[in-house]
Amino acid sequence: MSDTLDDDKPTRRDFLYITTGAFGLVGAASVAWPLIDQLNPDASVKAVSTIEVDISSIEPGSFLKVAWRGKPIYIRRRTNEEIADAEKDDNLNLPDPQKDMDRVQKKEWLVVVGVCTHLGCIPIANQGEYEGWFCPCHGSHYDISGRIRKGPAPTNLEVPPYEFVSDSLIKIG
Amino acid sequence: MDTDYKYEPKNGLTRWLDSRLPLMRFTSEHVLQFPTPKNLNYFWTFGFILTMCLVTQIITGIILAMHYAPSTLLAFDSVEHIMRNVNYGWLIRYIHSNGASMFFLAVFIHMFRGLYYGSYKEPREVIWILGCIIYLLMIVTAFMGYVLPWGQMSFWGATVIINLVGTLPLIGESLTQMLLGGFAVDNPTLNRFFSLHYLLPFIIFGVVLLHIWALHVPGNNNPVGLSVQGKQDTVAFHPYYTVKDFFAYTVFLLLFCYFIFYNPNALGHADNYIEADAMVTPAHIVPEWYLLPFYAILRAVPDKLAGVLLMFGAIAVLFFLPWLDTAKVRSGRYRPVFRYFYVLFVIDCLILGYLGAQVPEGIYLFLSRVTTIYYFAFFLLVLPILGRIEKMKPMPIGISNSELSRDMVAAE
Repeated sequence: MSDTLDDDKPTRRDFLYITTGAFGLVGAASVAWPLIDQLNPDASVKAVSTIEVDISSIEPGSFLKVAWRGKPIYIRRRTNEEIADAEKDDNLNLPDPQKDMDRVQKKEWLVVVGVCTHLGCIPIANQGEYEGWFCPCHGSHYDISGRIRKGPAPTNLEVPPYEFVSDSLIKIG
Repeated sequence: MDTDYKYEPKNGLTRWLDSRLPLMRFTSEHVLQFPTPKNLNYFWTFGFILTMCLVTQIITGIILAMHYAPSTLLAFDSVEHIMRNVNYGWLIRYIHSNGASMFFLAVFIHMFRGLYYGSYKEPREVIWILGCIIYLLMIVTAFMGYVLPWGQMSFWGATVIINLVGTLPLIGESLTQMLLGGFAVDNPTLNRFFSLHYLLPFIIFGVVLLHIWALHVPGNNNPVGLSVQGKQDTVAFHPYYTVKDFFAYTVFLLLFCYFIFYNPNALGHADNYIEADAMVTPAHIVPEWYLLPFYAILRAVPDKLAGVLLMFGAIAVLFFLPWLDTAKVRSGRYRPVFRYFYVLFVIDCLILGYLGAQVPEGIYLFLSRVTTIYYFAFFLLVLPILGRIEKMKPMPIGISNSELSRDMVAAE
């Protein structure tokens, strides 16, 4: 090899170093991936990410709290006055402007994730200055449409993906 | 070992670091440039292979603990959950379970190598003893790990082994109950085994560091068993032995991968896929293969207490090996009679392993007794006596000369 040391041309040994190193890297990456991927939610977790809820027993003005993906979902059956209240405020200067009709599929039913958009606590229903939700952790007030009205939370309560399977059955997820 | 090489920091930053934390100096003098006998054969790669085994077990073990539940109600199901649901859980568990077997395979080769080449002899007694401690910790760790899946073999293996303690006079029964945390293997036992199974590998890691530290005082033994006399006898650890070690490890991984991907349950027992049942013992209960020789010794003796003492004695005798072998010559290469006894000892251990899996009756029981007697006779009679009377073969005068003279002999 000594005759090749003085010039800059690649040697057979350089080729061996690079191919061996490349194979080693591919091997290391293929070993590392399973060790990382095991942290991700597995199929059994993903499989329970959809739930169906019977809403026939919910009276107007009351709500049902169900667990979806380990989080609470508020399914609220609103009265006509409550709907009117929510729509009345549609054009006010809201922190996270959104019309009530954009947040519901049927005006009577409001479905929101019961997790405060500030730091993840669960807001209490029928409390706060707007009689929607109030988060006890840092004092965020939500209205009857689940919109943030006052307090540190930056956005409205999240509306999960859902659909009405029938008039009395709702599928969340 | 006298090292001619001394680390010299090359620039301001490394000089600054070197006077505060000489990490680069340590790495350079004890890993990269460490003077290593130039005649080491492939049996010397098992130190590195074993280190990789330990690291593999720790990494996969930490991951398994993320998904495993140490409770008698959940343990078995959580292992099935790992096998069926967790992303690549099957792979990680198969690496861990077969990794234990590969770990023991490597440690047996490592120990038999030390035995043949006299690596336990002066001035390396402490290295050997630390190695024996590691081996003992490995056995305890593996045993506890085997209990965690909470299958039938887990449960009854734990029952049998802990009941061995009950043979001790006076304190036996209360000591057994203390280890179990109850009157039988149950939830308290499983929980403490899980806790200790998580702890012990890190203790092993610590003893491994001491093992290597002790190794780096006199340096490596080598196939001719002569001490290094100067620079002409050594090469730098890197790249010569890093490359050799990695190559050997790659070959080792081929065998490892065969078990993981093609025969992952070959070394286990089908009964351990049946959930633990305190009311029914499996028809034929045997420990994992790496514990079989000791199991054979245990059952070779008709008296319960004597069997237990003999089994522990089979490991205890290893600690005294540096003083039992009276021969001054290290390497078996120059001990013509020792070589025969050594080969017989290796075969003896293999037969003991075979017998450990058989029913202790008739010819098997007889053979267990013969092989058990030779196991102890090798350490307590052959090594002390042979060292005094054996006529050694002519030795080369140095490591370099030995290699030259072998080439010359081959040339003739």
